[in-house]
Amino acid sequence: MNCIIIDDDATARLIIRQLCNNSKQITVIEEFESAIDAIKYLNSNNIDIVFLDIHMPSFSGFDFIQTLKSPPKIVLTTSDKNFALQAFEYECVVDYLVKPIIKERFEKSIHKLLSFEESKIAGKDNLSKEESNFIYVSVDRRLIKINIPDIYFVEAKGDYISIKTAQKNYIVHSTLKKIEEKLPSSLFIRVHRSFVINISEIVDIEDNSVVIQKSVIPISRSNKGELMKRLNLL
Amino acid sequence: METPNLNYIKELSGGDLAFEESILSVLKKEFPEECLLFKKNIHAKNYEESANNVHKIKHKISILGMSKSLKIASAFENELRKGETKLNSDFLKILDKIHVYLGC
Repeated sequence: MNCIIIDDDATARLIIRQLCNNSKQITVIEEFESAIDAIKYLNSNNIDIVFLDIHMPSFSGFDFIQTLKSPPKIVLTTSDKNFALQAFEYECVVDYLVKPIIKERFEKSIHKLLSFEESKIAGKDNLSKEESNFIYVSVDRRLIKINIPDIYFVEAKGDYISIKTAQKNYIVHSTLKKIEEKLPSSLFIRVHRSFVINISEIVDIEDNSVVIQKSVIPISRSNKGELMKRLNLL
Repeated sequence: METPNLNYIKELSGGDLAFEESILSVLKKEFPEECLLFKKNIHAKNYEESANNVHKIKHKISILGMSKSLKIASAFENELRKGETKLNSDFLKILDKIHVYLGC
């Protein structure tokens, strides 16, 4: 994780930098004496964490948070315990450290930030898996949900594609390239310039064709090698 | 009155002498400047600004391990924000103690 430090007090900046160096899980990219300079920096740089002092002249830590459209995770650092309630009103505030910050408390904060990051990644993974189970296609001005593993194959037909599933055959205004990008490469493969097939639905392969359900699909010479590599050959 | 110490700085440094040197050098540079600014503001009865000065100095008091003095400084900061100065002499004694310790 990378971070920046915003504090008008040079000793505070030095201490936070030292705590980060000790932890080895966080890298200090930049330090700022003024929150305004930090805003300019954040507009053009991607930062995971901001260690932010609340009490700064003319532009406070809270002013800083309110100015940012999508603030990164923020750990507030302050000599006052009184701001804790106000601090956690902001969604981006992950922790609140009272100065002088002791090592153990700082490590706890880093642990909190790491778990926060891990849960975010896990959430994203689950979401993408859920999303990849279905595809929505436009048919007669309606969006139809198709279960991806139910697709046998997709065939290009001019400006349209034909999606053959266990339940139905859908004609959709799209290209084979576009749908190929949406389908999981672990399950689908291009076997011909006009066909993408579901590998798990192959019944048999003979010379330059493959049988899926009762349909015979051509295999082009250039795609045959890749298909053979993907099959669980004895 | 308690004596300033380097326990916190040493614990943080874990033997990193470069860190110890740089933090002491910043303390020696900033502390006299901040004290001067505080004295100027309190003399001019600019209590809000004096409170801001105390706030900044208070962090240095805490770094030097003076927990009782830190409480006095916090109470004085709150006092100043209300326009009161009862703890001024106690605070000045703390500043003197740190001045002597840092040799600045």
